[in-house]
Amino acid sequence: MSSYAPDETPRVAERPNYLNAGYGPKSWLLTIDHKRIAILYLSGVTFFFAIGGLYAAAIRLELVTPAGEVFQAETYNKLFTTHGVMMVFFFMIPGIPGVLGNFLIPLMIGAKDVAFPRLNLLSWYLYIVGGLIALWATVHGGVDTGWTFYTPYSTVYSNGWVVVTAVGVFIAGFSSILTGLNFLVTIHTMRAPGMGWSRMPLFCWSMYATAIIQILGTPIIAITLLLVAAERLFHLGVFDPAQGGDPVLFQHLFWFYSHPAVYIMVLPALGVISELVTAFARKPIYGYKFIAASSVAIATLSFLVWGHHMFVSGQSVYAGLVFSILSFMVGVPSAIKVFNWTATLYKGSVSYQTPLLYALGFIGLFTFGGLTGLFLAALGLDIHVHDTYFIVAHFHYIMVGGTIMAYLGGLHYWWPKISGKLYPEYWSRVSAWVIFIGFNLTFFPQFIVGYLGMPRRYHAYPDEFQVLNVLSTAGASILGIGYVIPLVYFAWSMRYGKDAADNPWGATGLEWETPSPPPTENFPVTPTVTGRPYDYLTGREEAAVG
Amino acid sequence: MPQLFPEQASSFAPHVDALYGFMIAVTAFFSLLIGTLVVVFAIKFRRRPDHEVATEIHESGVLEIAWTIIPFGIVLVMFFWGASVWFRITRPPADAIEVYVTGKQWMWKIQHADGHREMNELHVPVGRPVRLTMASEDVIHSFFVPAFRLKRDVVPGRFATAWFEATKPGKYHLFCAEFCGTRHSGMIGWVYAMTPPEYQAWLTGGVAGESLAAAGAKRFVEHACNTCHGDQPGARGPSLTGIFGKPVRIQGGQVAMVDEAYIRESIVNPQAKLVEGYPPIMPTFQGLISEEGLLQLTAYIKSLSPATAPGAAPIPAAAAAERKPAKP
Repeated sequence: MSSYAPDETPRVAERPNYLNAGYGPKSWLLTIDHKRIAILYLSGVTFFFAIGGLYAAAIRLELVTPAGEVFQAETYNKLFTTHGVMMVFFFMIPGIPGVLGNFLIPLMIGAKDVAFPRLNLLSWYLYIVGGLIALWATVHGGVDTGWTFYTPYSTVYSNGWVVVTAVGVFIAGFSSILTGLNFLVTIHTMRAPGMGWSRMPLFCWSMYATAIIQILGTPIIAITLLLVAAERLFHLGVFDPAQGGDPVLFQHLFWFYSHPAVYIMVLPALGVISELVTAFARKPIYGYKFIAASSVAIATLSFLVWGHHMFVSGQSVYAGLVFSILSFMVGVPSAIKVFNWTATLYKGSVSYQTPLLYALGFIGLFTFGGLTGLFLAALGLDIHVHDTYFIVAHFHYIMVGGTIMAYLGGLHYWWPKISGKLYPEYWSRVSAWVIFIGFNLTFFPQFIVGYLGMPRRYHAYPDEFQVLNVLSTAGASILGIGYVIPLVYFAWSMRYGKDAADNPWGATGLEWETPSPPPTENFPVTPTVTGRPYDYLTGREEAAVG
Repeated sequence: MPQLFPEQASSFAPHVDALYGFMIAVTAFFSLLIGTLVVVFAIKFRRRPDHEVATEIHESGVLEIAWTIIPFGIVLVMFFWGASVWFRITRPPADAIEVYVTGKQWMWKIQHADGHREMNELHVPVGRPVRLTMASEDVIHSFFVPAFRLKRDVVPGRFATAWFEATKPGKYHLFCAEFCGTRHSGMIGWVYAMTPPEYQAWLTGGVAGESLAAAGAKRFVEHACNTCHGDQPGARGPSLTGIFGKPVRIQGGQVAMVDEAYIRESIVNPQAKLVEGYPPIMPTFQGLISEEGLLQLTAYIKSLSPATAPGAAPIPAAAAAERKPAKP
């Protein structure tokens, strides 16, 4: 580790790297290079994000007027179902792990690839096949159950293509399990010499915690969706009360996966933010051990809080109490992270480049989103806000304000490494601001309209809620523009961007010690780790001395 | 300027709103604290030519413990506060008016004890607790009155109970809050909270028809329940007189409480909890009696226990028949 000043040496034009290692569809579709697979994921998640986004636009268009005049009720129900299914299962869950996790974990720990490269490619194919099946089912056939598939509506009453959609999600579930397994084994067995657990980058810690949830949680949703399909096809009688089944059993099974799944979507984002804050404050992260441990604590607690989705479904009063206090407990490790990031900025050397703007936006939105989550853990209050737009606003603060901000921040931070190119700094700052403003205008009014009592999944609504809905739609238009800008300049930079230096931010971390873009084998010589992570200050002193 | 808070029209609405106010205050405080610190640090410690190198700040165990303990303490306060409001909402008082609600795609059917029936409308007096016994004919619905801060899922295959006491006369939204199919957003109605004299006038006007318990008594004969549960000596089934709200010994040595849920289960799935000393000969009535019929039968069986001691049942409920207001 030599110097931490930005490395301005221009890249030698055609140095062999993973991008010019092969051309043509076959070199991509049959690749087992984790970096190329990350690019495959990037195209996949961008595609499904665009689909989900178009459906969101249609939803917001409908809600401009109270009377439900744009789409038929049935169409509207299919719109929000497709939006949820696409965004949750095919964008949020595979997003950061598939793109940044794949690209970075081997680079960060000094490995040549993940532990099972062929399995890694299989994961991507399962994801794409699952996604396309679900897309075909929801768009061509139409599904109107909501992404939550509540029984007995989904198993007995809905006319949509529930089974086909469930099959799509089921297949993609295997992708998630295999990716988690791959990362877990990679992190355990392939760390470079000298990289003990306490020297591992925090992004890897959070991906490790995520992998645990993926492996333990995903089989539950898989079997639950199979039961839904079996009940629809063969009238099994597991969930249908007319045959002695229990509809609430479905909710327990569904949320036993889907609440931990929230942390599959959030933990990788928390890891990204830890990397960004320390790189742009050019200072060791504050409370490394606490941040790492809080990731594991969140993953563990995430399995114990599912019952807070059933406070009004008739669950016993005492079960409600237990799930309430456990849900509150998740707030503590989340708060620890926020405080430690804030403390990292203190006495740092802070530079406001685009990734940091996204990271600061994330901290604000995640703090607010997390605190509004406490409202839902409070039993007496959840009764009122459950299934209203308050919930919709809360989880979009976490998912969109949190995870997508972190995903974009991470993409901006590692883009020079991924593509070997620089994007225009001016436009990227503009996009960060536009997204932040558009996001808040979209979702803040939804807290208010939710507390006023507007239920979610309403095609038409009473007139008095219109003003807030119009504000929300106006915000969504701004947010939509905010998302298009990075798409344009990232694509532009691939062809016209300036060549990036190997370490344009002057950051620590093994991924910055290899060329941009990295060669196929990542490191010509396996690196040896001799110090703690984020060691910005020691390096400086040594440089000064030497 | 749009409205920011819904109307407070039930006895527990102010309690829910007080908790909401506290949570907003905590949220605002910490969001502003973090927001301010982040912005101030980012500006104060911005990178300058003479400030290229950060200053190392060593971890402070005290600080880490402080920002673990303080959030922990705050969420504990929220937990206890939330739980106390929750107990208020889940424990109905003993002297409530009984109303029976059936949800189906996409309407709310209301039956009052005296036989008044309504569709997507519910008339109640202010100042009297109202206890809802709810059933669904198809999928899960959720009975939601924002002005009362009241919400309860109505899950098919079981009864759901809830209560409220309106405090302010007016007309309030009734929504279905659980997605229930194509016209989910059309499954709405109004709750009319009326002053007691207006409510009396409403009760006396309109066609009351026969009381719910009387309708249940007819079904009791129609389904030949009386042949076994007829109070005659040596009957094949246990007597139903005076059982409501009391514990009963069931086979396997356990004790079950006779409440609405128990009555319903004993009709649709009689073998689930057999009363001790009786053979398992009752057939199931699953699918043979409509949800409204089950509510009527329940009201009838409750009416056979007029002297239910308050406090005996977990959810005490006086017989529906007694609530019948005096007719002129």
